[in-house]
Amino acid sequence: MKVDNIYKEEKKSVFKKVSEVIITMASRPSGFIGLSILVFHIILAFISPYIAPYDFKAVNPTLMLQAPSAEYWFGTDDLGRDVFTRTILGGRTALTITFFGSLIALLWGGLLGIFCGLVGGKIDDIVMRIVDAFLSIPWILAMLLIVSLLGTSTEVLIPALGFFYGKGIVRVARAATHDVIAKDFIVSARARGHSNLSIIWNEIIPNVRDAIFVEGAMRWSWMLLGFSSLSFLGFGVSPPTPDWGLMISNARGLMSFAYWAVIAPIVGLSSLIIGINLTADAFAKALGIDRSTKAPV
Amino acid sequence: MLFLIIKRILLGFITLFIVSLITFVGTEILPGDACTTYLERQAFGEQLEACYRRLGLNVPAYERYVSWAVNAIQGDFGYSLSGEMPIKEVLGPRIKNSLVLASAAIFIGIPIALILGIVTALWRDKLPDVAISTVTIFAMTIPEFISATLLILIIAIWLEWLPGVVIVPTDVSFLKLLPNIILPVIAIAMIMTAHMARMVRSSVIQVMASEYVQMAILKGVPYWKMVFKHVLPNALLPAINVVALTIAWLLGGVVVTEVVFNYPGLGRLVIESISNRDLPTVQALAIILASIYVSINLLADLMTLMLNPRLKTLQIRK
Repeated sequence: MKVDNIYKEEKKSVFKKVSEVIITMASRPSGFIGLSILVFHIILAFISPYIAPYDFKAVNPTLMLQAPSAEYWFGTDDLGRDVFTRTILGGRTALTITFFGSLIALLWGGLLGIFCGLVGGKIDDIVMRIVDAFLSIPWILAMLLIVSLLGTSTEVLIPALGFFYGKGIVRVARAATHDVIAKDFIVSARARGHSNLSIIWNEIIPNVRDAIFVEGAMRWSWMLLGFSSLSFLGFGVSPPTPDWGLMISNARGLMSFAYWAVIAPIVGLSSLIIGINLTADAFAKALGIDRSTKAPV
Repeated sequence: MLFLIIKRILLGFITLFIVSLITFVGTEILPGDACTTYLERQAFGEQLEACYRRLGLNVPAYERYVSWAVNAIQGDFGYSLSGEMPIKEVLGPRIKNSLVLASAAIFIGIPIALILGIVTALWRDKLPDVAISTVTIFAMTIPEFISATLLILIIAIWLEWLPGVVIVPTDVSFLKLLPNIILPVIAIAMIMTAHMARMVRSSVIQVMASEYVQMAILKGVPYWKMVFKHVLPNALLPAINVVALTIAWLLGGVVVTEVVFNYPGLGRLVIESISNRDLPTVQALAIILASIYVSINLLADLMTLMLNPRLKTLQIRK
């Protein structure tokens, strides 16, 4: 009976904590704007297939490069496809891939970082050397290598992005673990004879969780940046999938007389990235973590 | 002190060694190799054998790595696949062009970032801070290819002030290059400046809240004297390291910007060589870019060491 009660209370407090964090985030103007943009994009990603007025891959040579009109709100592109349809659908791939990518990054980066911080010694040294080496390869070169090695399907892009953006989380998780490792409750857990696994799960994770989540939120926006750059360079998703980066690079050559085909995806992508960034910033502030002195690695 | 410097340099070399291993293994497991790409349909029998012998691909992988590494240390990266010319010669002018671009962006960006960062910190939460901070958030979050595309659309196409695409041969003289690089430099400097301005801002704010600055205020030190004598030297020190990391991170952005402006630099070479499966060039580029990253960071560490007497006796952070 008593155990049951404790369990319920814990459940409730987690839910309460989350809603409190969200309320704190929304109480700042920048956090509120960021959250609204992000929520708008997420809802749009879910409903866009049902509200899209045209088929995103319907090519119509008689309607090439039409200016925006009542019929085609954002005009048409060089193949006569409706730009409005392609723009509202253009965030789905990017959002899905980068969201799951950052989850993977969080998981492996966080766990490896905690592990290294806990065991220390030789293993820690070796892993950190390798992480440093990966950090010093420019992200674009590494991503291009991975993509040309394994192809550009979703099943490749998610783990590839997750792997590549997780290495920075390793450092953050390790540093956060170092901060708690010398505290009394860890020492007493060890004295009680708890295993490393139990210490990680019950003592360390609750204390480093916030820092890792904030880092993961930040990674999400960088990953989106990286992913759309890849698409822009022609190494991301393949046509005719509607994707903002791809749309911008396709329409760029013709923008001297069909600027609408470039502006629409630019607005879509910029607003999403800004939304995620503001949200991540507000998230960090709501949890009381100062990220402003961190370099974007 | 000396020991610390030597240790940092050694660690840098170890990092480069691991990078070379990673890229070598990475390019090694790419499907196909230099010969099958080069010969395409004729990749069998006698010709394939001859090609393997010519490029030295018929020896085990570790032997190739050792000979490649020995040559690379001497600056010889072998032959590129597509042009069949020494990679050294392909790289030379490209490195020069990219250096011009990057250093122009850095020389414009750093002073502006310092001024903006200091102004926003000193007028914290007032109008200048709110205005500048909002602009920097936009500038640092929008991807380079978007800001570059918008710059071309507005300044080159609508206003027709500057050329939008760089159409010059790879080995052009500096003066002819100059009008062409204005837009790319703005595109790169914008995002870099925004990042650095934010770091300088928070660094200055931290120092302003410290006890010795409070003490100086209480002692009645004039405001600007305090800012220049007590705050800035202490605030800019920690910023050096972060700025170095940012510059290194922006190497990726330089690649994208060069592609957008069709600029004949290292970045476009990265894309070209990966599209063409020109593996020897990819390896050379990986090592060169990683060395740039490592040396920028090393330089930042050394600068912090030189400028901060407190660190001379301490072990700097790992």
